Amino acid sequence: MEIKIFAGIKEKMGTPVIEIPAGDEITVAELKDRIHIDYPELDGEVFQVAVNEAFQTDDFVVKSGDVVALIPPVSGG
Amino acid sequence: MKLFEVTEDKIDVLKFHDALVNSHQGAVVTFTGHVREWTKGTRTVHLEYEAYVPMAEKMLSQIGDEISEKWPGVKTAICHRIGKLDQTEVAVVVVTSSPHRQDGYHANMYAVDRLKEIVPIWKKEIWEDGEEWIGDSRHYHSSINEEDINGN
Repeated sequence: MEIKIFAGIKEKMGTPVIEIPAGDEITVAELKDRIHIDYPELDGEVFQVAVNEAFQTDDFVVKSGDVVALIPPVSGG
Repeated sequence: MKLFEVTEDKIDVLKFHDALVNSHQGAVVTFTGHVREWTKGTRTVHLEYEAYVPMAEKMLSQIGDEISEKWPGVKTAICHRIGKLDQTEVAVVVVTSSPHRQDGYHANMYAVDRLKEIVPIWKKEIWEDGEEWIGDSRHYHSSINEEDINGN
């Protein structure tokens, strides 16, 4: 599963997309755990998870084909 | 034209202002946010904004919906620029129009506050001797429980 990343997280990883192994369904909580296992360099990074361009909480189920993104604290304006 | 837009181009403020003028609206409030030289004692050379564009435009539109619910009759347009911006350039324009001025003023401030909370746009300050992505970890979507926020 591809995950879009932005701003400081993108800069740290040197890429706009990271990947995690995932089956047909994975909860947001499981997805975060997976990221922490596969990308220890992101320890300490604060982010929310967006699925299909909307913020979602830990119990939300992500399905294959959904567009997933990590949203660090925003600073527009 | 889009009323909720993220753009790499210089913002045409009047275009958004004019878009909300009609015979019902007696007041149009137009806020522009500009690149500031000094922030907390540090001199910014320029700024760079990045956005998750499709989501950012959706969230801007959501702010417009929230305003319509809170202040019926108020119309909203918001445009945020991304890319490299120099001092004094317009980073964001927020226009609210209303039959009477009070609602327009209140809604405009609400829109800017919400923009800083829920719209995936990020600012990087470039100083003479360094740079940093700016983020306020307290600012999250109000529907999200703080305890659910991961990243530790």
